[in-house]
Amino acid sequence: MSKATDTLVADSDAVHDDHHHGAPKGLMRWVLTTNHKDIGTLYLWFAFIMFLVGGAMAMVIRAELFQPGLQIVDPNFFNQMTTVHGLIMVFGAVMPAFTGLANWLIPMMIGAPDMALPRMNNWSFWILPFAFAILLGSLFVEGGGPAFGWTFYAPLSTTYSSDSTGLFVFSVHIMGISSIMGAINVIVTIFNMRAPGMTWMKMPLFVWTWLITAFLLIAVMPVLAGAVTMVLTDKFFGTSFFDAAGGGDPVMFQHIFWFFGHPEVYIMILPAFGIISQIVPTFARKRLFGYASMVYATASIALLSFIVWAHHMFTTGMPVFAEMFFMFATMLISVPTGVKVFNWVATMWRGSMTFEIPMMFALAFIVLFTIGGLSGLMLAITPVDFQYHDTYFVVAHFHYVLVTGAIFSIMAAVYYWLPKWTGKMFDITLAKWHFWCSLVSVNVLFFPMHFVGLAGMPRRIPDYSLQFADYNQWISIGGFAFGLSQLIFLALVIKACKKVGEPVSDRVWEGAEGLEWEIPSPAPYHTFETPPVVK
Amino acid sequence: MQQEYQRYYVPAQSPWPIVGAVALFLIAVGAANTVIENSNNESGYGVHILALGLLTLLVMLVGWFKNQIDESMGGLYSDQLGRSYRQGMSWFIFSEVMFFAAFFGALFYARMISVPWLGGASNNAMTNEVLWPGFQAMWPLVTTPGGTTTQEMSPAGLPTINTIILLISSVTLHFAHVGLEQGKRRQLTTMLGVTILLGIGFLFLQVEEYIHAYQELGLTLQSGVYGNTFFMLTGFHGMHVTLGTLILIVLFFRVLKGHFTPDNHFAFQAGSWYWHFVDVVWVMLYMFVYVL
Repeated sequence: MSKATDTLVADSDAVHDDHHHGAPKGLMRWVLTTNHKDIGTLYLWFAFIMFLVGGAMAMVIRAELFQPGLQIVDPNFFNQMTTVHGLIMVFGAVMPAFTGLANWLIPMMIGAPDMALPRMNNWSFWILPFAFAILLGSLFVEGGGPAFGWTFYAPLSTTYSSDSTGLFVFSVHIMGISSIMGAINVIVTIFNMRAPGMTWMKMPLFVWTWLITAFLLIAVMPVLAGAVTMVLTDKFFGTSFFDAAGGGDPVMFQHIFWFFGHPEVYIMILPAFGIISQIVPTFARKRLFGYASMVYATASIALLSFIVWAHHMFTTGMPVFAEMFFMFATMLISVPTGVKVFNWVATMWRGSMTFEIPMMFALAFIVLFTIGGLSGLMLAITPVDFQYHDTYFVVAHFHYVLVTGAIFSIMAAVYYWLPKWTGKMFDITLAKWHFWCSLVSVNVLFFPMHFVGLAGMPRRIPDYSLQFADYNQWISIGGFAFGLSQLIFLALVIKACKKVGEPVSDRVWEGAEGLEWEIPSPAPYHTFETPPVVK
Repeated sequence: MQQEYQRYYVPAQSPWPIVGAVALFLIAVGAANTVIENSNNESGYGVHILALGLLTLLVMLVGWFKNQIDESMGGLYSDQLGRSYRQGMSWFIFSEVMFFAAFFGALFYARMISVPWLGGASNNAMTNEVLWPGFQAMWPLVTTPGGTTTQEMSPAGLPTINTIILLISSVTLHFAHVGLEQGKRRQLTTMLGVTILLGIGFLFLQVEEYIHAYQELGLTLQSGVYGNTFFMLTGFHGMHVTLGTLILIVLFFRVLKGHFTPDNHFAFQAGSWYWHFVDVVWVMLYMFVYVL
């Protein structure tokens, strides 16, 4: 790939031609922009702010659960906190953060001048803050905000919900429109904008995983739109999709929701797999082990994600045959996932490893995500799930895959590419503090949840019986510590955005491979206006 | 090898996306408030906010499309950009397919699972006996477990006529497209005009059918899961036909202005794909909502 360098230098010299435009100044730069790097930055900042807002809600939850009994908030508000925490973290933090990374990186990785549809790119981003303004605003209307859990099961979201459900439904519609447009942009960019020579099986894995993620998004976000629409008509227009008296079925809601919901959880992890597959080879100074198997494993996971949804519903009384089918289909997913984990380990095997901050997060990801994966395998076993269902064991499981999985991968990605974005090395001391504080506290936070869950503590309840008190105090302390640790990250990112620090080379990391490391640091406002040739 | 490369057009800053974002915000807030106010029998600002949002969206669409048309006519677009648009449109249509799939899924679930189970099928004998005694599973569900009654919408008559209308419209639109590709302007305008009239005719008959359902059959949106799926599927389809017809009308005027050439007419192609898609959805609807 180093042969591309000549073209690239020529490219950056030739940027001063007639209709070229550099970065404009002021606030309107960000509002009107069509530049993939600007929009990536907007997505990432938005995701970070939402991460802190959703995190603040988690702090409320953990404060209430610090001791048994009701002390700080009333149960209805507690329910709003669990609901909106989940919605914000899924749709406001993890997904926009991955979309931000996709915007920044995919054009640079495949040698494209920008995303394929730059104006629509801007639209996909700017409708998101409005959607979350509506969702957060709904907390202040009479009767309170959504309090039915992020999964909004009927009849909690229909018969028993407050008026604000109307606002919830339309804000989810906007989030869906944003995701669909973003995903269309990613797919079209990858299909149509690759530089000459950038064949399918030369694409970096981050690009591959995002391509498959984007396909999942286009396939399932419209189903979510259908689900919220049916909730809207059931609540406000007298339909009975989810009401047995009219021939419907509340369990049908769960089928439709999880047909969206299960691919959705892979939407939140596949780009993470891509990030780890970029970082591990760099710091092991070896090529990724089993590139092709990584691609096929990603595709297999995506396809399987469409036939496992009912493992979220083992206790709804499905026929035994269906329970068996969904159990085995779910267990099958551990095969391609295992392929990935083994490939990462094999990449590191006998590599000349160094442990820079991105690699630390990547290693933490591999270990801790695997814990989450294994508890997922336990939950997949139908008879066992009857015991675990809706307990803190489930909460532990999905926080291991989403926090130490998705979120850690996002942090790894930020540390890995931040020097390329700003041209300066971030504050390594702060980064180390951030890593170690996060690593310790996140385990104090989520690991004991396995124990209280197995012992039977139900999720989404503001009170608990006395025997869970000790562990819950530990969990809350871990929670507060993890929350505070993220302020270190905030300080680090602000510092990096002010471009304080040592200048970095174009390649930044010694072992880094790929087109994005061939261009100058910081990456110029426009890259690859004429495509490089990839050998 | 770079001399061959046609620069990919990356537009400079554009005001339209943010206008569109504000429009969607107003539409969402307005629609939500309208719905909430109606259910509480209050009057409020919801409808006005909604109208303002739709108006803003219209302004955005006009402005954005005007930009696009000017750029396209100004020769800024490359073949590669044309492929981006075509692929983008195809994936958008796929997302629409999945949206309808959610409602078809609800229909199939009701017909094959929830209604039979309420009637005691599978291992649900006690559900039927204890919770819904006397309820008999049937489709169309003209008597719900809760006791609401309605009548079946027969596929004969209006639905069949509408099916024929839409199928013909797909053919006429195809011939319009062929006319465009072969530079036969007269064929293009006539066939496109006929397609638009067929679309309007379909919508007119659909309204007639709804009036018939509400006034004579007592089949309403509230008539249990049969009425729910019937009106949600045909209703969303009708909204798509309305949008498709509007797109075709805009295309008609653009044809009159001479915007399209045999090898540069993405907008026409996209509108035509959209129309064919809406047509296929109707065929599925006709089969599973009306006939079977």
